[in-house]
Amino acid sequence: MKTFINFVKKEFRHIFRDVRSMVILFGMPIAQILIFGYVVTNEVKDAKIAVLDLSKDEMTVEITNKLTSSGYFLLVDNFKSEDEIELAFRKGEIQEAIIFEPGFAKKFVKDGKAEVRIINDASDANTANMLANYTSAIIMNYSFAESGVNGASGQIIAQTRMQFNQDLKGAYMFVPGTMALILMLISAMMTSISITREKEMGTMEVLLVSPLRPVQIIVGKVIPYFLLSFVNAISILLLGFFVFGLPVNGPLALLLAESMLFITMALSLGIFISTIAKSMQVAMFISMFSLLLPTMLLSGFIFPIENMPQILQWVCHAIPPKYFIVIIKNIMLKGTGFEYVWFETLVLFGFTVFFIVMSVFKFKTRLE
Amino acid sequence: MDQREKIISVKNLVKKFGDFEANKNLSFDVFKGEIFGFLGANGAGKTTAIKILCGLSSPTSGEISVAGFDAYHETEKIKKNIGYMSQKFSLYSDLTVKENIRFYGGIYGLSRDTIKRKTKDLLEKLNFSEHAGSLISSIPLGWKQKLAFSIAVFHEPKIVFLDEPTGGVDPITRRQFWDLIYETAHTGITVFVTTHYMDEAEYCNRVCIMVDGRIDALDTPENLKKQFGADNMDEVFVRLARAEKK
Repeated sequence: MKTFINFVKKEFRHIFRDVRSMVILFGMPIAQILIFGYVVTNEVKDAKIAVLDLSKDEMTVEITNKLTSSGYFLLVDNFKSEDEIELAFRKGEIQEAIIFEPGFAKKFVKDGKAEVRIINDASDANTANMLANYTSAIIMNYSFAESGVNGASGQIIAQTRMQFNQDLKGAYMFVPGTMALILMLISAMMTSISITREKEMGTMEVLLVSPLRPVQIIVGKVIPYFLLSFVNAISILLLGFFVFGLPVNGPLALLLAESMLFITMALSLGIFISTIAKSMQVAMFISMFSLLLPTMLLSGFIFPIENMPQILQWVCHAIPPKYFIVIIKNIMLKGTGFEYVWFETLVLFGFTVFFIVMSVFKFKTRLE
Repeated sequence: MDQREKIISVKNLVKKFGDFEANKNLSFDVFKGEIFGFLGANGAGKTTAIKILCGLSSPTSGEISVAGFDAYHETEKIKKNIGYMSQKFSLYSDLTVKENIRFYGGIYGLSRDTIKRKTKDLLEKLNFSEHAGSLISSIPLGWKQKLAFSIAVFHEPKIVFLDEPTGGVDPITRRQFWDLIYETAHTGITVFVTTHYMDEAEYCNRVCIMVDGRIDALDTPENLKKQFGADNMDEVFVRLARAEKK
């Protein structure tokens, strides 16, 4: 036991003495959370719009007011002709233009319908789509309210409610995803690198010849990263809570336990990578390509899995972070307990066992 | 000579990897306090044999005992009684001299006081005291080599295995290193050394030359030179290799 503690101490020394490790361990999580939370956001706020009002009646003014007071839009200009629109788009001064046809209010009262055109800068397709949706929703609301006043009946009013994330905050999406990404990277990449480094420096040979058992060596290498990853998980949750107001609606203990399971899974993956990789470069390369990109793209972190082609969806099911993201979203946002995440938990557990068995198998055949 | 205590005893060692026979029926003894040279070209089966002697790999058949322990079932005990130094010197470059000593002493279960006392003695002996706090990455190769060797015998093993310990080091440093090896052998520690340098083979008490998985020659350097009518070990080796081709 004493020899083992001695070993773990040495591992901590390696980590704390290496500036790069420290940056990856502690700088990256904070930077990523802040970047994903603030910069990469789907929220609409103060989008620049301009209005070409060919009618100028009380109705168009009221609609314009509704739009600007919603907080989503900022009116930067009132145009006089359609030519100005084209130019403003090209200059990038506006993201959306709204055109009311002449005699808007008159037509609406007389025919029960009037036309408004919404033009968007679709060089950024996602934002354009979102802005158009927001705008038409506001205008629809207004028209329903108005037609009620004017006696027309039989309108169906759809009321939407965004369950579990009423304000559609981006942080609710990104914090769980970033947590999965960071734990995966730190645990798997750092352990695989630190084990292959011993191989590369030749110290692994000496360790194997020493009375330390291989299990002790591996566990000793993994323990520091387990602790540090766990500290990271907690700091991400704290950041999420205090900076972005992300709640933990479900049981906190379950959330922490699931995080530990995920960390263990990532560590065993890291060990597995180190049994395949011969050098640090290879370990890094494998970690980057097999962990970073799939976790970002295929885990449902950024792009919804349901929209992917069938083949890619199958691939997604083989990606462990996907399950972890489902688990933490369930616990944090929906506030559900273990009974709703037992399947995902079981899958993560299965991955862990799989990687450990594969590592032991690989390790044995190499020694033979 | 045979009355001396046998520290390594190998009888009919065979190691197969599938169909390939890496060690073909090796038999030899190594005596206590001896400097035993283990020579051979790359792929002659040296590394395989050392791995078995160090308890890293199991033999396919044969009777092997190291430091009095069986190489099949008592590998843990073997590991406690041997030291090992590889050609890479195997020190942690981001730890200091002192931390390296403390770490390696620690994994062999030495107590903190023992480590402290022995570290002081060692650093004084090597004239290293003022560099105790230097990182390994900042000290010259020759020093690293000496330090790696001293660490390999720090826990006072019965046998120390040196796997090509002088690779990439200049001749003067190599000479100094061999002085260190002689000193260690005098304290009763058996030295089992593999090398590429034939002049180094002359420094050994006895030399074993492996060719193609077999032992082709095993005797003192003097006897081998006589036997092959050669002036130096280099010639002995060349003649053996030629005989093999015929």
